[in-house]
Amino acid sequence: MTYLAKSPWIIHYDASSCNGCDIEVLAALTPVYDVERFGIVNTGNPKHADVFLVTGSVNDKNREILKNTYDQMADPKVVVAIGICAASGGIFRECYNVMGGIDKVIPVDVFVPGCAARPEAIIDGVVKALGILEAKRQAMNDRPAAAAKPAGDSV
Amino acid sequence: MQIVQLLLFLILFPLISAIFLLFAGKSFDSSWIVKISALGIGVVSLYLLAAGFDKGLITYACSSGPVDLVMIIIELVIAVYLLYLGIRHRKYSAVILVLVQAALILWFEATYGHKIELSFNLFFDQLSIIMALIIGIIGSLICVYSLGYMETYHQHHPEIADRRRMFFFLLFVFLSAMFGLVFSNNLVWILFFWEITTFCSFVLIGYSQTEEATNNAFLALSMNLLGGVAFAAALIYIATMDPSGRLLELNTLIYSGYVFAIIPAVLICFAGLTKAAQLPFSSWLTGAMVAPTPVSALLHSSTMVKAGVYIILRFAPVLMGTTEGLMIALVGGITFLLTSCMAISQSNAKRVLAYSTIGNLGLIVACAGVGTYNLMWVAILLMIFHAVAKSLLFLCVGTVENRIGSRDIEDMGGLIERMPKLAVMMFIGMAGMFLAPFGMIISKWAAIEAFTAAPFGLVFIVILAFGGSASLFFWCKWMGKILSVMRHQENVETGIRPEKWAVLYILTGLVVIVALIFPLISSALIEPFVMQIYGETTRLAQANITIMLLMLGLLIIMPFSMLFTRKAPRIAPPYMGGMSTEGGMKYTGSMGVSHDLVLSNYYLKNYFGEERLFMAGTLVCWGLILIAFIMIAGVIL
Amino acid sequence: MIPEPYASIINAIIYLLLAPVAGGLIAGIDRKVTARMQGRVGPPLLQPFYDVGKFFEKENLVVTTTQNFYALSYLVFMAVAGALFFSGGDMLLVIFAFTLSHIFLVLGAYAAFSPYSHIGAERELIQIIAYEPMIIITAVGMYMVTKSFYVGSIVQSTTPIILYLPGVFIGYLIVLTIKLRKSPFDLSTSHHAHQEIVKGVTTDFAGPNLGRIEIAHWYEYVFLLGVVYLFFAWNPLIAIAAIIIAYFLEILVDNTTSRVKWQMTLRSAWLVAGTLGVINLGVLYYLRMVVVP
Ligand code: SF4
Repeated sequence: MTYLAKSPWIIHYDASSCNGCDIEVLAALTPVYDVERFGIVNTGNPKHADVFLVTGSVNDKNREILKNTYDQMADPKVVVAIGICAASGGIFRECYNVMGGIDKVIPVDVFVPGCAARPEAIIDGVVKALGILEAKRQAMNDRPAAAAKPAGDSV
Repeated sequence: MQIVQLLLFLILFPLISAIFLLFAGKSFDSSWIVKISALGIGVVSLYLLAAGFDKGLITYACSSGPVDLVMIIIELVIAVYLLYLGIRHRKYSAVILVLVQAALILWFEATYGHKIELSFNLFFDQLSIIMALIIGIIGSLICVYSLGYMETYHQHHPEIADRRRMFFFLLFVFLSAMFGLVFSNNLVWILFFWEITTFCSFVLIGYSQTEEATNNAFLALSMNLLGGVAFAAALIYIATMDPSGRLLELNTLIYSGYVFAIIPAVLICFAGLTKAAQLPFSSWLTGAMVAPTPVSALLHSSTMVKAGVYIILRFAPVLMGTTEGLMIALVGGITFLLTSCMAISQSNAKRVLAYSTIGNLGLIVACAGVGTYNLMWVAILLMIFHAVAKSLLFLCVGTVENRIGSRDIEDMGGLIERMPKLAVMMFIGMAGMFLAPFGMIISKWAAIEAFTAAPFGLVFIVILAFGGSASLFFWCKWMGKILSVMRHQENVETGIRPEKWAVLYILTGLVVIVALIFPLISSALIEPFVMQIYGETTRLAQANITIMLLMLGLLIIMPFSMLFTRKAPRIAPPYMGGMSTEGGMKYTGSMGVSHDLVLSNYYLKNYFGEERLFMAGTLVCWGLILIAFIMIAGVIL
Repeated sequence: MIPEPYASIINAIIYLLLAPVAGGLIAGIDRKVTARMQGRVGPPLLQPFYDVGKFFEKENLVVTTTQNFYALSYLVFMAVAGALFFSGGDMLLVIFAFTLSHIFLVLGAYAAFSPYSHIGAERELIQIIAYEPMIIITAVGMYMVTKSFYVGSIVQSTTPIILYLPGVFIGYLIVLTIKLRKSPFDLSTSHHAHQEIVKGVTTDFAGPNLGRIEIAHWYEYVFLLGVVYLFFAWNPLIAIAAIIIAYFLEILVDNTTSRVKWQMTLRSAWLVAGTLGVINLGVLYYLRMVVVP
């Protein structure tokens, strides 16, 4: 086990969720569950985070923000889509402004189903994500340095 | 070559160049005169260092009869000219002061002057060498820089009459007067040169002839004349008490004992306070920034204000341990504290520099006013470091202003991208002003240690602790502004004339070199000087010097660490709450409108607002000066 | 016996090697105790090391490459300041080196040109000017008691410094809260899970750079607590007890107060330095200079 899995820092983004899933995510982060036991810290800053928790579906307004936030996370990173909205658009799928699940914009590693997703399921999803995180780290180390493609714009 | 010849050369040569410049026709390229004279002055100052650093105090006989006459005539001519200008511009306070001073000087000459024949009019010691180097090297570099600056200045300001010949004439007269001031032993001569610097600064500040410039020039004139009146009063006092005139020699006067020397000392130090722009007289220096930037650089770093602290330094042994000295020191200390705070609230770069100058001079005055041997050492060190770093900063700001058309700090964001070389130079200059292990911080450190041993030193330590951190704030936020990497900026560092670059490079080099070799400066010049006056001296512990040098070395090699990164880092835009950033400089607002990203510094006006602090400082400092005057009145009675 | 200069060099090396370990452990204990105070179990003791280990496993993500330089300089000069302190160097020089390192952190935040970093940088500067006078007064106070600015001599002094400098000590504890980035003064950035305006100065640092900043914090912890030690240096046992109690108090304050505005921070820190510190020194000065000349 490496350090990465012992210290997964989380950033939580509410795309156009109904707030049901958000409440569950925050419930999982409360002192009751005390996720800091596992080194999990809820950051407000993608640059410090390793795990990206997204609730709700993508629309025209937030797709840029979603993409931008994702781009600002340092590799290796994982995305956990929480709730059925994040997976496919859920009950909002047919709305005129909704594009669908967040995988339309960024690559998703774990889908946590449910409407709303239960805290246990969310924690389970994060634990799954940690395995993927570790695999990504190894892949990153194996990959030659030059192949790391620059994203975002450059100076 | 005899040293006295060098001294005379340094006084007269700039004067001759000045006259050449005044009469050089349009057809003749005067820039060569400036460059060659500057080179000559610089080289001879260095030669003076080589020839004289191991000599102690030397006085020179120099016949004064005809010279005195010439001086009186020049002074009267200037007085008449000032009267004319004063009446024309209806500045009656200046007129009155000119009249009072002229009356005092005439009376002095009529009653005593013609009887007094001083034997030693010129003198020379290590402090003179240090001053000469500051004037000769930094002053002449600024003159060279002015060549390019003034050309651009007139291109940018076609409405201002091109009086460049007069400008350069005055610059060199200024240098000449400064040399005269630091080499004169005769107080009458010192007063003469003192008045010349006042006059030159008056004309230079009013160079652009706008209403603001004229007003500020007269403000500077009035305040400096006030000091001049006190100076003249001191001369009359000395001559009344000692008709032989022997005590008009500076080196005799300062050893003539407390009861006698304290009165002229306080009067002359009062003149020094006005010239060094201490509170309550600081407004003339902040007003003086209407002048072209090289003038500010000259006033702030190598001439004018340095004359003020120079004369106070000369009287430090007299002030030591006296309550009057303490009052003067407190004026300096409070000036340091308040102006450092005031600088926080300023966004005009030249104004920030001005307040920082006033503050640092205040520190020098505080050291000189308390006047113990180790504080003397600190004060001289401060003066050197300040002159070098401040001149560099002024010239950098001037260059930036020429290029981007603003001297506001808020407009200097991302300078590291737009003008990388200048930004690095400014960085070094600012580091020289407040960062370990560069110059000023060494002096502040030594000052704290020295004040622990001085009477009432605790007051000054507290002042230093608070004032020092305030100055850290305004320097650092300015530094941050320059160094912030705003992306996609154009490099506009072109079209700067090579001689400007040369001057900037030399000054940047000097900031670093002076920080590197200050132990040498200390042991070769400052310590012998302090030793000769006080019989004991001080220095930094060897181990600390080594550590400082190691830190400086580390600081110099650190930037190279950027060359050795294993992997090229990935570049991402700055975090803006997930807002989509276009190139890091813009973001899209809620209505889909694209906004520019604007960041501006804190100025904390409610806390460090200029007016309030200035009022408080003026009141307190007037109070302190008044106490000092009442005390010397007590001594007279 | 090891000769004097070697002893100080060895001390410095020991500091450079062990301070990160000690600092990390302190941070770990801090998080554990904090969790207990909040009725949680808290992370493992070694969690800070895991965090930093992770930072170095991540990719180097920057806004501008100059950030690498600033983060590294922050770490290097923090280590230099601490090493100077533990090798018995001049207190004032230590303080200046310490300030220098913070300036690099601030410049790093400015360099990123982002709103959050910018606010963090300004606030960090306000914090620096808030605590610096008190730290200098502390150094001068120690000089007045022991007649030396050298940490080496202060630590060997047999005078119970704390008895002469109670006001200064309390003042120092108050600015220590600022330095440890704890509530109510954690304006510019805060330690572990707290947040304020995203993450203040560290907002735009990621991966290895953040790791360097964290290690610099550890060096800083040890140095700051070393100053607490000096107050009690005549008796090492009491000194260590004092450090533990002082740190516990800091954690308690952290968990029972809420963050104040910068105005309050600046005011209270200057007020403390200006009253407790200055009065303490004034009394000392009076006793030393006037009563027993
Ligand atoms: S999945 Fe259900 S609870 Fe979650 S955001 Fe969508 S609608 Fe709300």
